[in-house]
Amino acid sequence: MEPVQIISGTAVPLDRSDVDTDQIIPSDWLKRVERTGFEAGLFGEWRDDRDFVLNKQEHAGANILIAGPQFGTGSSREHAVWALHQYGFRAVISPRFGDIFRNNATKNGLVPVQLSAAGGRTLMDAVLNDPTLEIVIDVELRTVEAQAIDFLESFPLEDSIQHRFLNGLDDIALTLQHADDIGEYEAHRPDWVKELEIQHNAR
Amino acid sequence: MTDQPRTLVEKVWDRHVVRSTEGEPDLLYIDLHLIHEVTSPQAFDGLRLTGRGVRRPDLTVATEDHNVPTADIDKPIADPISRKQVETLRANTEEFGIVNFPMGDPGQGIVHVMAPEQGRTLPGMTVVCGDSHTATHGAFGAIAFGIGTSEVEHVLATQTLPQSRPKTLAINVEGTLREGATAKDIILAVLGVLGTSGGMGYIAEYRGSAIEALSMEGRMTVCNMSIELGAKAGLIAPDETTFEYLRGREHAPAGELWDAAVADWKTLYTDEGATFDSEITLDASKIEPHVSWGTNPGQVVPVSGRVPDPAAMDDPAERTAAERALAYMDLEPGQAMTDVKVDTVFIGSCTNSRIEDLRAAAEVIRSSGSGVAEGVRTFVVPGSFAVKTQAESEGLDEVFTGAGFDWREPGCSMCLAMNPDKLSPGERSASTSNRNFEGRQGRGGRTHLVSPAVAAASALAGHFATPEDL
Ligand code: SF4
Repeated sequence: MEPVQIISGTAVPLDRSDVDTDQIIPSDWLKRVERTGFEAGLFGEWRDDRDFVLNKQEHAGANILIAGPQFGTGSSREHAVWALHQYGFRAVISPRFGDIFRNNATKNGLVPVQLSAAGGRTLMDAVLNDPTLEIVIDVELRTVEAQAIDFLESFPLEDSIQHRFLNGLDDIALTLQHADDIGEYEAHRPDWVKELEIQHNAR
Repeated sequence: MTDQPRTLVEKVWDRHVVRSTEGEPDLLYIDLHLIHEVTSPQAFDGLRLTGRGVRRPDLTVATEDHNVPTADIDKPIADPISRKQVETLRANTEEFGIVNFPMGDPGQGIVHVMAPEQGRTLPGMTVVCGDSHTATHGAFGAIAFGIGTSEVEHVLATQTLPQSRPKTLAINVEGTLREGATAKDIILAVLGVLGTSGGMGYIAEYRGSAIEALSMEGRMTVCNMSIELGAKAGLIAPDETTFEYLRGREHAPAGELWDAAVADWKTLYTDEGATFDSEITLDASKIEPHVSWGTNPGQVVPVSGRVPDPAAMDDPAERTAAERALAYMDLEPGQAMTDVKVDTVFIGSCTNSRIEDLRAAAEVIRSSGSGVAEGVRTFVVPGSFAVKTQAESEGLDEVFTGAGFDWREPGCSMCLAMNPDKLSPGERSASTSNRNFEGRQGRGGRTHLVSPAVAAASALAGHFATPEDL
């Protein structure tokens, strides 16, 4: 993934709670074996509605999505993250994320910004009020700022994930540096586990 | 030297730590990696792009489940995109030396149904799959959780995953379930209390006499819906019920290995004096058969209850969500759930498609002696080929078809409607699956989550009903 440090721009306000990954990308899109082209399926069931917030002219070009609590719950489909990222979002702001979605986001350069419930509400109202509100997300400082409304809040991001964002690192390559430890672990499994594996592989 | 008392989660976690460094997530070893056609193709592409191999093909097992049709499975899949995805899984597993159970194979089934029944899921394991209902395997005392496609690639390449240690949550269900209430009602009742975010950041351990009294099938139903609580995983300490279920299964240890394994598994329980980060307790005797009324699985009431009134909800976010849900579901506050008519009944999914679930539904049909109500469409979809064969040997298929139910081939089917089994816009279903999200079972479809017994009773009554109501 590409390194990510500062994301600045405007936000699309999706003022709903419990937006699950089935809503972010409907299951029809999961049949594809490719990794690109998912932007067309983003919020597939809602996009037909001309009044749906993503369709509004004033939000064209926004690169941040701000949503209500429990965003990205449900299915593990990474396609949800691909769809958001390929559509052009670089960060999602919510008071609470589904676990797997948040993990998936961090592997694809989409920054999950978890604010307090009050902070999330304030920022949501401000964006609803003024679609041109400039928001700056700083991965290094772990802060979200909207200067025009004097908004500044920090958000949690584990050191290791921050490090990967800032340097655009591939998780797998990092783990493979510890291949010896993995081999060592495998050699010291309980005897019955090793025996069972041998039997299993002999079949 | 006395060890610190530990919870079950901590014990299983600790034995899988490959590497632990301050300020970094633990590197966890993965004992069993299950894959299916939907969340794996891009992971295999990733391996090819980077020239990496699969570290432990022998600890990886594939099945075809999400996409497969539940009728005419002797013919090629009609939908060309679904067909390509299934063919891609076949080619990938072939290329990397991974066992796959193709459509129509005796070992095929929903990934969370076939792996336990083959004896692949064992106590104390770590199990992952690119599917959020992987927590099902927690019923055996395993830490089992869903992962995304990047993580699937990570496990394929390294057989490990970097993971931060989650907090622990004890969910105690004490007492005896009343007649008519089932494992599904336990987890729906827990969802009613904790909501869809009550488990976020936790691994749940289900405990208490009502949990201990459940069969393995029932325990799998409970653990299955841990993700609906927002929990990373959910598990239950292994006991004699677990060992009895596993004894003699194809991939379970046998002979001397069995004794060694059981001795090891008997150490897997939460120590006296160990503490959880959070804890809730439910009284099993108060749990009635449940049904969901909204569009998230925390929105539930007893079948004997009424649609709640959003105006009476204190929390504004909860109120708005309830109003939206009622509009989508086309329900009125105060409506009796038993007055709500159903169009379609789906008995299946990794939550409730095991043999015991089919027996429970068939029993309701047998004892009522009636048939499917006029105009109600039904799907009975066994979770695996083995379940289907077993059910047919017990004559359950004839009970279903005799009453007018549609008996299908195994797969995920209408749980997520990736195959042709879908709801039409506005159609209302009683479903034994796990998600009532908008559009989950087909665009505009309205899903109500229930147990197999309530699903069967509702099919016969034509509206939501418990077997007692018939
Ligand atoms: S039955 Fe439903 S929830 Fe279970 S694995 Fe299949 S799609 Fe997922």
